[in-house]
Amino acid sequence: MAWERASEIVEKLEPLVGRREFLRRVAGLSGVAVGVAAGGYLAFSDQPVRQPEVRALRFKDFRVPPDALHPVLAVARGQRVEAMARGAIDKLGGVGRFIQKGDRVLLKPNVGWDRQPEQAANTGPELVEAMVRICREAGAKSVWVTDVSLNDPKRCFARSGIEAATVNAGGSVRLPGREDFIDTDMGGKVLKVWPVSRFFHEVDKVINLPIVKHHSLSGCTLAMKNWYGVIGGQRNRLHQAIHDSIVDLAAAVRPTLTVMDATRVLKRNGPTGGNPADVVREETLIAALDEVALDSFCLQFLDLTPEAVPFLALAEARGLGMVAWRELNIAQIQVG
Amino acid sequence: MGGLRGVRRIYAGCSLALFAFFLWSAEFERLKGYAVGLFLQLDPLTALSGFLTSQTLYKGLAFSLLILIPTLFLGRFFCSWICPLGILNQGLSHLFNRRRAIESWEENRYRPLYRIKYYLLVALLIFALLGALQIGLLDPIAFIYRSFALSVLPVLDQLTSGGFFAQATVFHGGVLISLILLAILLANRFITRFWCRALCPLGALLGLLSQWSILRIRRDVERCNHCKQCLRACQGAADPDGQLRVTECHLCMNCIEACGSRALHYGLAGEKSSIGKPLDLNRRRVVETSLAALVAVPMTKGSLSARSTSTPEVIRPPGSLPESRFLARCIKCGLCMRVCPTNVLQPALLEAGFEGLWTPILMNSVGYCEHHCVLCGQVCPTAAIRPLSVAEKVGAAPFTQPVRLGTAFFDRGRCLPWAMDVACIVCEEACPTSPKAIWYETASVTSRDGRKVTLKRPFVQPELCIGCGVCENKCPVADLAAIRVSSVGESRSKDNRMLLNQQS
Repeated sequence: MAWERASEIVEKLEPLVGRREFLRRVAGLSGVAVGVAAGGYLAFSDQPVRQPEVRALRFKDFRVPPDALHPVLAVARGQRVEAMARGAIDKLGGVGRFIQKGDRVLLKPNVGWDRQPEQAANTGPELVEAMVRICREAGAKSVWVTDVSLNDPKRCFARSGIEAATVNAGGSVRLPGREDFIDTDMGGKVLKVWPVSRFFHEVDKVINLPIVKHHSLSGCTLAMKNWYGVIGGQRNRLHQAIHDSIVDLAAAVRPTLTVMDATRVLKRNGPTGGNPADVVREETLIAALDEVALDSFCLQFLDLTPEAVPFLALAEARGLGMVAWRELNIAQIQVG
Repeated sequence: MGGLRGVRRIYAGCSLALFAFFLWSAEFERLKGYAVGLFLQLDPLTALSGFLTSQTLYKGLAFSLLILIPTLFLGRFFCSWICPLGILNQGLSHLFNRRRAIESWEENRYRPLYRIKYYLLVALLIFALLGALQIGLLDPIAFIYRSFALSVLPVLDQLTSGGFFAQATVFHGGVLISLILLAILLANRFITRFWCRALCPLGALLGLLSQWSILRIRRDVERCNHCKQCLRACQGAADPDGQLRVTECHLCMNCIEACGSRALHYGLAGEKSSIGKPLDLNRRRVVETSLAALVAVPMTKGSLSARSTSTPEVIRPPGSLPESRFLARCIKCGLCMRVCPTNVLQPALLEAGFEGLWTPILMNSVGYCEHHCVLCGQVCPTAAIRPLSVAEKVGAAPFTQPVRLGTAFFDRGRCLPWAMDVACIVCEEACPTSPKAIWYETASVTSRDGRKVTLKRPFVQPELCIGCGVCENKCPVADLAAIRVSSVGESRSKDNRMLLNQQS
């Protein structure tokens, strides 16, 4: 019985391989073998770890050529922020000196904190709105507003009023995400290669829009300190050499123009503030081409002297500007 | 050939779309008063168990009556028409189903295994009756919210490098939640709607309620030719080809469309309608389950947890109720963690004890509590996190005290100015209170190489500290911060205190 059943099984046979078929198969397998060997050769490394090539960018120099006809500091006092900003910039030679038609412009206000405008922890939205409008009128192709905030960036931009101000005036807010940082050679004394918000590498002009604030460690947060907001990474380590870091940052990022917001000044409990009682209205804007002179000028709002703020002398020694602003040609105007 | 099945599919599609919209809106910029927790509020099981533990039917949970009352008349329509998890299971079972007729008959026939959900329901309700709310583990709505908020959406965030948030969210033990979701969805490959048939305690509750329903699937015994096409299409294992088990029927209406001899309809009984089968429950098993649950509750209460003992890492979101009342309300849905802008709210594993699994705690290494943010309390469907106004949270007029989550403590052995004579005070910079809870003393010290160093050395003033954790989060000592928040001093607890002058 068992023999009978076995005889019913149909065995399938492997077909015979002819010479042509044999050669074809050998050629095919050899091709795969060569491919594997070539792959091995290309992937071979005598180093235990393959180091990716470090390609650190450098900042462009965003400055415009110096011009002896105009002052480097223009102070505007008044109530109407937009008119003050226009007046101060006109004194420096007009917006046409800084923004050309088709420029991509980046504005860098201080939007570090989830605070409202009255608390004066962030640059005032009125100034941001005025500057976006002025740049658009001068023919800027795009006006971006960005910062690397300490609190949740969406809340910071929304509650500071800066997002609405930007959109109102025809600009756009750029919030850097985790992927938006590019290693950049800062070339500084303490800052070497740091991750920098990529937006700074994608524009033609950069305008610094800081605010005058008290700060416990550095004494004050002014124009040069505002460049903390270009870098990502573990920047909380910068406090360990805060004055050198500030100077390194200011030496790395040379803006086209700086317009300081001293309309509301946070006198105490900075840089976060929170209590309107710590805010004093100074109703001043200062447009400047020399950040050292500008920061030095603004010390009067915080009752500080240049000796109490070591980064000023360090910056002057680095050739970034002049501490003695009184010796410079300064324009002062009263608006409205 | 649309029929009732077509109508059901439209409803199901809209429900899923609405669920997706709610999850999408659960974010600072988009949360414009949308009822993002609506599905949780429609859920009669969370309402009932929450009522048992807290003796109140909190606000939106009254919506659950809109499901509960119609179920008495119409049957388990919720399961196939509204429940996002049920709809997902239904769709996947449909996709996975490549069975021949004879396999389908076998697979779709009722099995005693499907009684488990009733025993789970009994156990969970007895837990709730004794004040232990564990419904969130198995309630399908809490389950699907949690799974999407803490597992599916973070995956999307990762794929889109940030996506909805400035930073892609990460969650403590998130992969566990992902694996459970995958297991439940994959189970449909082997048993159609396995979750709905065998495990779902909400389905069991609605099944109990639907046993007296007036409208149900009816089979005309004279028209029926016993072709069993209805059983092949049945997703509930409700035996539509014989005596219908109405308690198992999800009202997917597939059987009506499948019937070639028009023997089935949904509605009142006709002259020749078959009778149904009553609920299949073993009374002995119910008694056993009840007794087991009665014993289990005191056993869980006898184990060490944040309820019995103040626990440093159990820092609850602002507005959270005292721990035992918090646990009596939290259904572990994860909405607060989804909406949190800094990702500080994390699902606890065993930090708060077994009963605190997947309840929200703050992990300041991931984020911190944003000073003016009150979103978690706004979205909490059960008020385990009470809705706060910003003024109440920060202690602005008319409130006299801020809401405290805990207190920050310096670890002077790790703090740069204290231990290493290096300037820092980042904590003081970021401290959001006014005046700041972190202050400093200027000290002159001599370093190892003989240099004179002037340093600002920080201190915490506990009366001012709100425990928000921004100091811990921003501390440059990256792995284990030199300033850390623990729960002591939290406003919600009368016992977890240290200072005499801090009394509630």
